[in-house]
Amino acid sequence: MDQYTLLPLLPLAAFILNILFGRGIFKDKAHWIAIPAVAGSFVLAMAAFIGVLDGRVVNRDVYTWIVSGNFRVTVGFLIDQLTAIMLIVVTSVSLLVHIYAIGYMHKDKGYYRFFAYLSLFTFSMLMLVMSNNLLQLYFGWEAVGLCSYFLIGFWYEKKSASDAGKKAFIVNRFGDFGFGLGVIMIFLALGSLQYAEIFANVQSLQGRTISLFGYPVELVTVIALLLFCGAVGKSAQLPLHVWLPDAMEGPTPVSALIHAATMVTAGVFMVARFNPLFSMSETAMNTVALTGAITSLFAATIALVQNDIKRIIAYSTISQLGYMFLACGVGAYGAGVFHLFTHAYFKALLFLGAGSVMHAMSGGLDIRSMGGLKKYLPVTYWTFLIASLSIAGVPGLAGFFSKDEILWLAYNAGPVGKIAWMTGTIVAALTAFYSFRLIFLAFHGTFRGTHEQEHHLHESPRAMTVPLVSLAIGAVAAGWIGMPAVLGGSNWIGHFFEPVAGHPPVTATHGEEWMVMGISVASGAAGMLLSWVLYVRNPALPAWLAGRMKGIHTVLLNKYYVDELYDFLIIRPITWAAKNVLSATTDNKIIEGIVNGVPRGIRTIGERLRKLQTGYVQHYGIGMAIGLVVIMALALIAAGK
Amino acid sequence: MVPLNWYIGLSAVIFSLGIIGFLIRRNILIMLMSVELMLNAVNICLVACSHYLQDLRGQVLVVFIITVAAAEAAIGLAILVSLFRNKATVHTDALTEMKG
Repeated sequence: MDQYTLLPLLPLAAFILNILFGRGIFKDKAHWIAIPAVAGSFVLAMAAFIGVLDGRVVNRDVYTWIVSGNFRVTVGFLIDQLTAIMLIVVTSVSLLVHIYAIGYMHKDKGYYRFFAYLSLFTFSMLMLVMSNNLLQLYFGWEAVGLCSYFLIGFWYEKKSASDAGKKAFIVNRFGDFGFGLGVIMIFLALGSLQYAEIFANVQSLQGRTISLFGYPVELVTVIALLLFCGAVGKSAQLPLHVWLPDAMEGPTPVSALIHAATMVTAGVFMVARFNPLFSMSETAMNTVALTGAITSLFAATIALVQNDIKRIIAYSTISQLGYMFLACGVGAYGAGVFHLFTHAYFKALLFLGAGSVMHAMSGGLDIRSMGGLKKYLPVTYWTFLIASLSIAGVPGLAGFFSKDEILWLAYNAGPVGKIAWMTGTIVAALTAFYSFRLIFLAFHGTFRGTHEQEHHLHESPRAMTVPLVSLAIGAVAAGWIGMPAVLGGSNWIGHFFEPVAGHPPVTATHGEEWMVMGISVASGAAGMLLSWVLYVRNPALPAWLAGRMKGIHTVLLNKYYVDELYDFLIIRPITWAAKNVLSATTDNKIIEGIVNGVPRGIRTIGERLRKLQTGYVQHYGIGMAIGLVVIMALALIAAGK
Repeated sequence: MVPLNWYIGLSAVIFSLGIIGFLIRRNILIMLMSVELMLNAVNICLVACSHYLQDLRGQVLVVFIITVAAAEAAIGLAILVSLFRNKATVHTDALTEMKG
């Protein structure tokens, strides 16, 4: 067993130990199993990353999984530039979230179970990113979805939590159905699921078409869009974004790890991984770019008016994921993954900070009843502020570099790119606005909660603040590896990704690059300034504005009524059909008709036949006599012939 | 010399009497006697044919039938006695326990 195999197996071992012996033996010491395992994975991931830096790209099979005719699938690992970065993201954030959970989940009765699931998730996510074939990717893809379901519904006694878990799982089914079809089509078209063979033969798809509803459609477009379906579900893009805000019912460390930093970015990773395939279809690329752009705008506008601290961050996550797809859609896969990398740190930090706030507020989530927390939670405040500055794109912090890279490459990429760039710039302003609205409402001003809550306010324990500070370092510094040339850097990350993700051609001038950067910084600053005016300078203004623009405000507050629309369009017809067609007709009439009808028929026949059994000996005698006569008659007729 | 036809005719008449008696009489005792009548009608036929065909197998069969008839009479009468003790009747219309 080599180091690469050990990398995912360590968390798996921790999962098995904790799920089997957690309740009886480890109990509140469960983290002593889980944390060393994920720390070991982190060290191995660093080693793998350094190996890739030295040019050691690994692609090896460790086990032959399925052989059936010419269908052959292995379990294997591909460690290239893309995977190396993902390994760092997954293991580092996972490690910090594990540590944070010691404090956050303290005294929870499912303590061991929580760590077991976190370990299982880490294992699944590592299998997903390290895979060297599509089926193993699909395995990891479904396994992280399963862990997400377990962890959203972690407090399953709560109806809303178990509902949210189911919703996440079911909504993902829609996307994964397309993804599964995409995997099958790739196998049918190229005869293999191994990345190496797929990418070697991908050019042979050029010009091939298939007939869809009688129209010839480019095969590569169909495959790319089907794969993108999976990404839309997993990464909560329109129209399958509805599960992510509800997923906030899960414990906050889960929101940070799964629903911000790692699992939801699996879609972006997958699109980046399959960039040779996506790049071949302009339609698919434009779909990806526009889906990303529209989602990022859509979610950012919702985040403007929400009052639940975790939901604001959740919509922000959807919006930032849209950014990443926008980047992939304009061919800037490297920039997309770069944003994934920086986003993982500042968004995990925002979530963990929100968790720290909830901890202090005894579970309170409504920012209207917070205020002035800066004084009570200094570490949380400063780290939260750093993350917000980073996401708002303040120059020098991580979010600025990755966002700027995306906007710059979008600007370069034709008409769709220009639309994406404009949307992205607007979203940058909105992002800055809602992030600072959250800061001002929660941390500044005076406390608006109950007296009891105020009395209880306290900074979180060390196990929680240490991960916050560590992530804050990431939120500041993670972007420096991508410092663009105009700022005196070398865009190291862009060159690092070039072997796998390529680099889109840049035609515009340095002057334009300065302009793009300036506009995005200015829009971020405008957003921050506006939120300062509205929530600090003149706190009466927001209510007045909401009153003036009541229509828009209500629509945004209700998240564009998407949930209600789905309820009306899908859920109600299905429950209606289930109740009135399946239950009333199929079940009650057809199935129960057969099940009850057969015995009833037999009973009826029996009722008739028992009449023959009169009990009178003479009747039996007559029967015998008649039978005898008939048999003899037949015998005579037969003999006569 | 009595021709074979007469024997067979006699046998048929006795057999018919047996059947009719079995079917129309309601007294179990009489019905058992009717069964004996049918068996003996067959015996007459068998003996006659045996003599006519100069084949002893017919007569051997008759001995077997007499044995079976004796056993049948013994068991039948035993059942009848215990039935009468329980029901105090030998009339078959009153004995319809087997009605379905």
